[in-house]
Amino acid sequence: MNWETVIGLEVHIQLATASKIFSSAPTAYGAAANEQANAVDIALPGVLPVINRDVIAMATRFGLAIEADITRASVFARKHYFYPDLPKGYQISQYDLPIVAGGHLDIETAEQGARRIGITRAHLEEDAGKSLHEAFDRETGIDLNRAGTPLIECVSEPEIRTAAEAAAYAKKLHALVTYLGICDGNMAEGSFRIDANVSVRPAGSTEFGTRTETKNVNSFRFLEKAIEFEVERQIDVLEAGGSITQETRLFDPDSGETRAMRSKEEAHDYRYFPDPDLLPVVIDEAFIDTQRGHLPELPDAKAARFANEYGLNTADATALTQSRVLADFFEATVAAAGHDKAALGKPAANWINSELAGVLNRDGLSIADAPITATQLGGLIARIQDDTISGKIAKQVFDALVAGEGESADAIIADKGLKQITDTGAIESLVDDAIANNPDQVAQYLDGKTKIVGFLVGQVMKASQGKANPKDVNQRLVAKLDAMK
Amino acid sequence: MHDRSIAELIAAVRSGETTPRALTDHYLDRIERLQPSLNALITRTAEAAHAVADGLDEQSPGALAGLPILHKDIFCTKGVKTSCASRMLDNFVAPYDATVVERLAAAGTVMLGKTNMDEFAMGSSNENSFYGPVKNPWNLAHVPGGSSGGSAAAVAAGLAPAATGTDTGGSIRQPAALCGVTGIKPTYGRVSRYGMIAFASSLDQGGCFARSAADCAHVLSAMAGFDPRDSTSVERDVPDYAAALSGDVAGLRIGLPREYFADGLEADSRAVIDAAVKQYEALGAEVVDIDMPHTDLAVSTYYVIAPAEASSNLARFDGVRYGHRCDAPRDLEDLYTRSRGEGFGAEVQRRIMIGAYVLSAGYYDAYYIKAQKTRRLIAQDFQRAFEHVDLIAAPVTQAPAFKLGEKADDPVSMYLNDVYTLPASLAGVPGMSVPAGFAHGLPVGLQLLAPWFEEGRLLNAGHAYQQATDWHTARPAGFE
Repeated sequence: MNWETVIGLEVHIQLATASKIFSSAPTAYGAAANEQANAVDIALPGVLPVINRDVIAMATRFGLAIEADITRASVFARKHYFYPDLPKGYQISQYDLPIVAGGHLDIETAEQGARRIGITRAHLEEDAGKSLHEAFDRETGIDLNRAGTPLIECVSEPEIRTAAEAAAYAKKLHALVTYLGICDGNMAEGSFRIDANVSVRPAGSTEFGTRTETKNVNSFRFLEKAIEFEVERQIDVLEAGGSITQETRLFDPDSGETRAMRSKEEAHDYRYFPDPDLLPVVIDEAFIDTQRGHLPELPDAKAARFANEYGLNTADATALTQSRVLADFFEATVAAAGHDKAALGKPAANWINSELAGVLNRDGLSIADAPITATQLGGLIARIQDDTISGKIAKQVFDALVAGEGESADAIIADKGLKQITDTGAIESLVDDAIANNPDQVAQYLDGKTKIVGFLVGQVMKASQGKANPKDVNQRLVAKLDAMK
Repeated sequence: MHDRSIAELIAAVRSGETTPRALTDHYLDRIERLQPSLNALITRTAEAAHAVADGLDEQSPGALAGLPILHKDIFCTKGVKTSCASRMLDNFVAPYDATVVERLAAAGTVMLGKTNMDEFAMGSSNENSFYGPVKNPWNLAHVPGGSSGGSAAAVAAGLAPAATGTDTGGSIRQPAALCGVTGIKPTYGRVSRYGMIAFASSLDQGGCFARSAADCAHVLSAMAGFDPRDSTSVERDVPDYAAALSGDVAGLRIGLPREYFADGLEADSRAVIDAAVKQYEALGAEVVDIDMPHTDLAVSTYYVIAPAEASSNLARFDGVRYGHRCDAPRDLEDLYTRSRGEGFGAEVQRRIMIGAYVLSAGYYDAYYIKAQKTRRLIAQDFQRAFEHVDLIAAPVTQAPAFKLGEKADDPVSMYLNDVYTLPASLAGVPGMSVPAGFAHGLPVGLQLLAPWFEEGRLLNAGHAYQQATDWHTARPAGFE
């Protein structure tokens, strides 16, 4: 049987506010246990929540960025369950009236092409604390630093069809929230957490199969692996005549497998009701307009502009707009290289996507920690463009810049004497030497095998220690050889 | 000294006739002597009171400088046990002051202790306290009402000139009526709920008890006002209620809702209310009958909404971070069930169960949503009534204080007892009880209700009545 996969993603986006959603305690990561939990966060008797205005502003910007409806009077509701890291015995969330309704993300994958994935809703809620099982012998520690950290939970429609699409959607969402500056995007620290709802159904069926929810997927690669595993597992179960249990599963990055965590049959009745301690959040047009004014250029618009302004192909434009820092690096590089954006875009993209990406990958660095600045890279590209150095020498200069051997490309070129030879006499004599020293190759050329000229260019370049301009050398060689015919 | 008004007490401090310390000692001495027969206090804070009083003198700036006060044990008080009369919080010392406590301290009041109450403010008789029932000073075999019974009894017995309370469904007005003192529940949102341990968040409202409306005016001016820590508190100026008292009610239109004078009202209590209404007419007020057709929905509406919110608000008492924890829990489930089972009394458990039930899947629409709709109808009754009248006058209870233990085994009869106080709570309008006479030797209160944020009108009407009558100055025998 042919199976179709149905995937919906729920993403918890931690908002980059200075203080918590309902208290004035700071949200910074990594403080000593319970140092960032105040009276409201630990739910002392008598305390009350007060909504953080920045949270509403960020959620509004998010809603505008995904072209959703901003609910004019959204309501906080209490979701009840008992757990030691949930201090109030309920989580303040949103239920009937989330702040963001509808919206979509456009994604593209090789297999499925361009597709628009609907977003059902995005609501605000507070995070719970953490239970620490390892640190204590037969006891559990509770750290409430994270309790009350603001989250947006963004729920997609079940319209994603492949693991690759799921990863593309997650990456797109990640790029969006980091562009908006509402989330630091740090997946390792849990700032962007993905839960995948996965089911399969016979191809052509319109009914949904029973789904499982896989949690603890903290990288895009793991997301693909977890979904691939889960799809295969479900198909195996169904083809063996079994049925899928609706349950929550945990992804184990070591084994690449998912395993059952808890069954939805034991699921709580959360007894949602509107939180009487909080008034509806009323948002007016003026507030929305203000937030719209704060929207930065978003990834899709930026990619389109890059293609147009810098003459980049879609692949380069998309790659360079994956993150705002990377896109800014690219633009700063071009600006440092010169004025002609259309001519400088492609070489800048190439240097960033190949040489620089290679270095970052090798050293496990992000673009924000790049060992070379955009100004330095732009300066290097400028010297290639004006023929001061060849591409080959440029690689040497790049390595020297990365190694911190000089302030700028110009300084390194001067220090190491890497300037291209422009002395015509010197090049002429090297060309003459090459012809004189390689009679066999010259004979072949004269015989019509003109491609052999490349070998001769190489000889000249070698003799010049790379400082001759290969194009110029080529022209001179061809002229001289043709004259010998 | 303890028969003086608050204005007189403050003046005596200002003039140097007495000192905050002397006033404090006077009331602490009465507490020492009279508390054993009443059980009105859970905690005495004599030492702290001395320290505060010694720091005050006739020059102190607060509007109530040197005034002794008691706080209901539902208000968090920094460094002082805050129990809510529950075993659950028997070991809980609050690390912060409620806004009400903070404001009254800033006004120069001196806290003498914390008053007894029904556990988590759930009850109408004060019999649901982990620390035992409070006795009514007018007859020690009778209940003082609840849930703020300790505060009402303490003021009636002259243990303090004023006490704070909270009113969710009548918890200030009913004990004020049953103990013969003046008690005001302001408009929902007028007094900050921050630091007031929540029972039913959409209904809870802090207020106060004192001997007269004028006394209440002084205290309320100091405790009311917007608080950025309470999202439901209202950003609206607080008038100087005491300065605004004119004692003039000529031309005031007072409505008598027929539904509050129906069959359940006991005859002698009715006679007291009728006489009080006549007094208002004699003072120049115009009295008209009005209809509040949804009054009979109040009890069922309230006993869905209040338990629903309570079941949620009390979820935090889980034995994990503070409060009662059972001995040697076997596992998490055991920790929760035993800590909560041991920590909460029967009435609290009953209301948590009702609340969890009405919020549960499948019942939510039928109960909670329906109750929200009937609540709106009840509020509309008030909205419409106040288009025609300036004030509403009504009984507070159907009868005076009942005997201790009389209704203890019959929760429904206890709930029905709240029939006259619940509608104003559900609507959020301000209400007050003023002593209006006696029936069977026990005090009867007159309930006055005003439109939203018209506490000033309410206090002035009470003041006018108390200028013409002296029911509010009566003292129970043995507590002179």
